Amino acid sequence: MNRHILSVLVENQSGVLSRVSGLFSRRGYNIDSLTVGETEDPKTSRMTIVVRGDDYILEQIKKQLNKLIDVIKIIELKPNQAVYRELALIKVDAPPESRSAVISTIDIFRAKVVDVGKESLTAEITGDQSKVDAFIELMSPFGIREIVRTGLTALERGSREIKEHKKYEEE
Amino acid sequence: MIAAEVIVHCLAEEGVDLVFGYPGGAVLPLYEALRGGVLRHVLVRQEQAAVHSANGYARVTGRVGVCIGTSGPGATNLVTGIATAYMDSIPLVVITGQVKTSYIGRDVFQEVDITGASESFTKHNYLVRDAAHLPRIIKEAFHIARTGRPGPVLIDIPSDVQAETLKYHYPKDVSIRGYKPTEKGHMGQVKRAVKAIREAKRPLLFAGGGIFLSNAQQELAQFAETTGIPVVHTLMGTGCLPTDHPNLIGMIGSHGFKYANKAMEMADLLIFVGARIADRATGGIQEDLLANRDIIHIDVDPAEIGKNVGCDIPVVGDARLVLLQMLPLVQPLPLEKWRADLKAVKEAEQTPLEFGALVNPKHAIRVLSGMLDDHAVLVADVGQNQFWSARNFQIHGTRRFLCSGGFGTMGYSIPAAVGAKMADPSRTVVSVMGDGSFQMSMYELGTIKANKIGLKMVLFNNSKLGMVRELQDNRYGEPFGVMLDDNPDFTALVAAYGFPVRKVETNEKLEETFREMLAHEGPFFVECIVDSKESTL
Repeated sequence: MNRHILSVLVENQSGVLSRVSGLFSRRGYNIDSLTVGETEDPKTSRMTIVVRGDDYILEQIKKQLNKLIDVIKIIELKPNQAVYRELALIKVDAPPESRSAVISTIDIFRAKVVDVGKESLTAEITGDQSKVDAFIELMSPFGIREIVRTGLTALERGSREIKEHKKYEEE
Repeated sequence: MIAAEVIVHCLAEEGVDLVFGYPGGAVLPLYEALRGGVLRHVLVRQEQAAVHSANGYARVTGRVGVCIGTSGPGATNLVTGIATAYMDSIPLVVITGQVKTSYIGRDVFQEVDITGASESFTKHNYLVRDAAHLPRIIKEAFHIARTGRPGPVLIDIPSDVQAETLKYHYPKDVSIRGYKPTEKGHMGQVKRAVKAIREAKRPLLFAGGGIFLSNAQQELAQFAETTGIPVVHTLMGTGCLPTDHPNLIGMIGSHGFKYANKAMEMADLLIFVGARIADRATGGIQEDLLANRDIIHIDVDPAEIGKNVGCDIPVVGDARLVLLQMLPLVQPLPLEKWRADLKAVKEAEQTPLEFGALVNPKHAIRVLSGMLDDHAVLVADVGQNQFWSARNFQIHGTRRFLCSGGFGTMGYSIPAAVGAKMADPSRTVVSVMGDGSFQMSMYELGTIKANKIGLKMVLFNNSKLGMVRELQDNRYGEPFGVMLDDNPDFTALVAAYGFPVRKVETNEKLEETFREMLAHEGPFFVECIVDSKESTL
């Protein structure tokens, strides 16, 4: 079950997210994360979908997504050709006695403290998934209270744009 | 112009002359616009019938079928019909009323999220929030429904949107960024396919329902005749070639002919054309055998290629256009031995029918088939009657065989036959049913009566849900939950609608009764009493 990153250009309309996510659940495809937001063109949104599956599943996912009328283009972003980023907010126990240790770990990861309470603080970290995972692992001994993760977002390296890619069937 | 009138004008612009529907509060403005008489409206007796009728209409005319239902239960009653059309790739535009825009999401009277509910079995759907978008949406809906791999498109229109005023302007062109189906085959792939065909020793064409959807019957015949390649077909492909065509082997699948399945196993190259190779189509074939064949797959929907079986040479494109691209590149192939082998396999398997005291339904279909003209349409329901019909109805001329293949929807026959007959009243249309499926749509006798639809109905009554009975007998030994022994007197029931009725209990009476039925102008109902132990195959 390999992990694949799909970047999907869609019409920026209500209902698109439900069509895409519904397709994954009803066809039994495994989805790790899905992020979506407006692009440089307000009429389109772009989704980054992290899926797991063998070659057959991946091909089916691409083809079935392509059948959705609201889906404009799908490209796969391979690790060596793309930058991946994820943002996580982590609320961790930080009483006076351990606070400096927490902060120094945050510094090592070039993460940021974005909120401080009496007994806890919230750190923000950005990076690829393995960096976020490693940070969470090092935070956990301090006592993690809450974690939120945005899911992966990704963009192809170099100056090539998604519009310049051919449609999936033409490849 | 009021938006509801705009809808009617847009439909007329698309060439729609007939809509099947059932009114309600949320489509009142639309029904006011229909009152103007631009389109003919046929009132069905339940919304599911409206979709099946539009389905039958679409399949006979090759155009997009249109039906209308109100919000809430009207919309959910349409659901089974929409899914039926989706599975068989039938082009439909389904219009539903919705509660007022300001009420959406508040669980008001007769509100249901039909775009959400139908998402997974419509090709696309729309919730119209602004009447100004209606002409574009209707234009897009028809375009999406009929092009590429056809399918149903639903348009959900809130009642207040129907009552808005706008300037009528129907767009000439459609431009949808995410929808550009590939119609012509990639020439490189076409050439690869032709090369594989030339090198094959035992090639076999495998035709599906896509042959009808792309209107490729002639091209298929030409391709088979030019190359000499034998042809098998799926249930939905029934009628792709005339029954007596020298290249035709027969129907494959779990309910097909053994010799056709055997042909699949003997072939070294399979050429799938407009078929999705569903589980029932390959049900009678050993899976590993199929995996070792060379496979060319021609289909307009790229997602079907490689989905259910592997594929060596994919050709994405419309079946008719791809066959036309291949035709100039092929020559007669030396297939005498292969064809002789298949002929021998086919002849070895011809078993005579067995006759008991009651009507043999397979014999009945053969008798009926022998009496019908070359333009007749037979609409089977779902269950044993479907395969008694599919296996024994002969195709010549422009005859058509229709049924719900992919979804297997009981109750399909009568409303679909109504649609077929209204689409072309000059054709003889026969609805064939079992006593189970008839009772799922017998309310449509009202539609037939009100609209004087000259439909011929043949009911095979075995007082059972015969196909389930057979499955239970084979698997568990005892039937359960399939008994219809307390059936009403169907002839008395139909007679209440004022149609002539006949009951046939012996094979000898069949010909005489069918002759009477076919000579009669209007609707006619024949009930055949069948032994409950009669097998499907």
